[in-house]
Amino acid sequence: MLCNVCGKNPATVHLTEIIDNQMNELHLCEECARQKSMQMEQQFGLSDLLAGLADFEKPAVEKEQNLKCANCGLTYNDFKKIGRLGCGDCLKRSTAQACISGNPRYAGANPCAAVTLTLRTCATACRNPSRRKNSRRRQRSATRSKRWRRNSRRQEGKRNEDQRPAAAFQRMA
Amino acid sequence: MKINDLLQHSSEWLKGSGPHSDIVISSRIRLARNLDILPFPHWANKKQSEDSLRAIEQAITRVDMLKDTTLFKLADLDSIDKQFLVERHLMSYEHAQKADSKAVLVDSTEVISIMVNEEDHVRMQVMQSGLNLFEAWRLVNRLDDSLAKELPFAFVADWGYLTACPTNTGTAMRGSVMLHLPALVMTRQINRVLAAIAKLSFTTRGLYGEGTQATGNFFQISNQVSLGHNEEEIIENINALIRQMIEQEAQARQALLSKGRAMLEDRISRSFGILKSAHIISSEETTELLSMLRLGCDLDIIKDITQPAINELFILTQPAHLQKIEGKRLSTQERDVKRAEIIRDRLKDKLIGG
Repeated sequence: MLCNVCGKNPATVHLTEIIDNQMNELHLCEECARQKSMQMEQQFGLSDLLAGLADFEKPAVEKEQNLKCANCGLTYNDFKKIGRLGCGDCLKRSTAQACISGNPRYAGANPCAAVTLTLRTCATACRNPSRRKNSRRRQRSATRSKRWRRNSRRQEGKRNEDQRPAAAFQRMA
Repeated sequence: MKINDLLQHSSEWLKGSGPHSDIVISSRIRLARNLDILPFPHWANKKQSEDSLRAIEQAITRVDMLKDTTLFKLADLDSIDKQFLVERHLMSYEHAQKADSKAVLVDSTEVISIMVNEEDHVRMQVMQSGLNLFEAWRLVNRLDDSLAKELPFAFVADWGYLTACPTNTGTAMRGSVMLHLPALVMTRQINRVLAAIAKLSFTTRGLYGEGTQATGNFFQISNQVSLGHNEEEIIENINALIRQMIEQEAQARQALLSKGRAMLEDRISRSFGILKSAHIISSEETTELLSMLRLGCDLDIIKDITQPAINELFILTQPAHLQKIEGKRLSTQERDVKRAEIIRDRLKDKLIGG
């Protein structure tokens, strides 16, 4: 069988597409299949998906805001493009930035939501008791493994030294 | 240890032992770790990549568990060497694409391997034969603990281990199980099973991981969720799913035996016949036919051949392995001839009934 697109090379890749309950069969040679898959990737890649989640429900003004990691220089737009974070600090610092900006939304225990949340905000989670409870439950489940506990203990030591505001808040509550 | 030394013996995970080894080929646990402060490999410049490679290299020499290992820098390897390591499942296909400041660490039994500067700074894996995820976890956990003493891994209490791809953040653990499911494919039930797996947040891949198609009835199942559960819970979830799949496959095998024994024996014997007598054979055809041979071995239809021998043939007939055995580059046609020669040689005294 020859390729449906170029009609020259033998078809080695067989695709079945279902659009509106209509089934289309496509027989492609390797070269045309590669081009087709590139087209599809351009249409919808993992990075779009992740960035799309981070953009969800976000006010237009904030969307244009170009967050930049002070450690590695990765911007929010870079993240949208490549779907990868630049360094460990990207997540930590975006948390810090988000704490200033406000406007939270609930994030379940999955990493896409984690990025959404950290890229945006956790401020109200600290102000609003019901959200605080939610985030505590999430943390509890996330920190059940023994190494997380051990590492948290390590960080706990540092935390006591600098009297973090969160600890002060807990005392108030 | 040199790369060629690996050819002298079969990988530990191919020995065909461990629980459910008739259906489960191997179990693998992979942990991703990154160094704090330094940019992730895809975002790092040349100097930063070299720094991370050097830091990891030095740390490895101080870890007792890694005494019997060799670090191969990808810049020192040619394309056949790299493909050879991919075929042995010691590193990923993506890792082999660019050589800059990348390395792979391999232990002599090929149970442990560590990729340096792949998508994350450190990706360590442990492979076991059969359904043995907990044993793999026990080992990789010990390895992780000893490496964590030497290297500052990026970690935040709320999110766990930080990774380049946000979907790995959390435990940064992936457990994969390689399954051989010929009966589910032959009874056309496989699509139903795979659709159910996708709904449960597990991924199905082919023999060589990400981006590969399932061939020769081999499927690799792994977890997608990395955050929100601890490692043991994730492994227990994978185990529960795999046990169900094993049961389904076993039922399908019994159904084939009771309803279509003659058809099954015919297919297996014909596959055996082709493998024993072909003089030119492609790698796709080899995988298909060896899959049938393996099924015949599991169902006691073929008694003369052991499972490890078939497992080994799967690996030896891969393109880079053929070229390593021959000691020079071979064209596709030359490989097909060499492949048939090796298979004929290994199967020459074997009989169907045993």
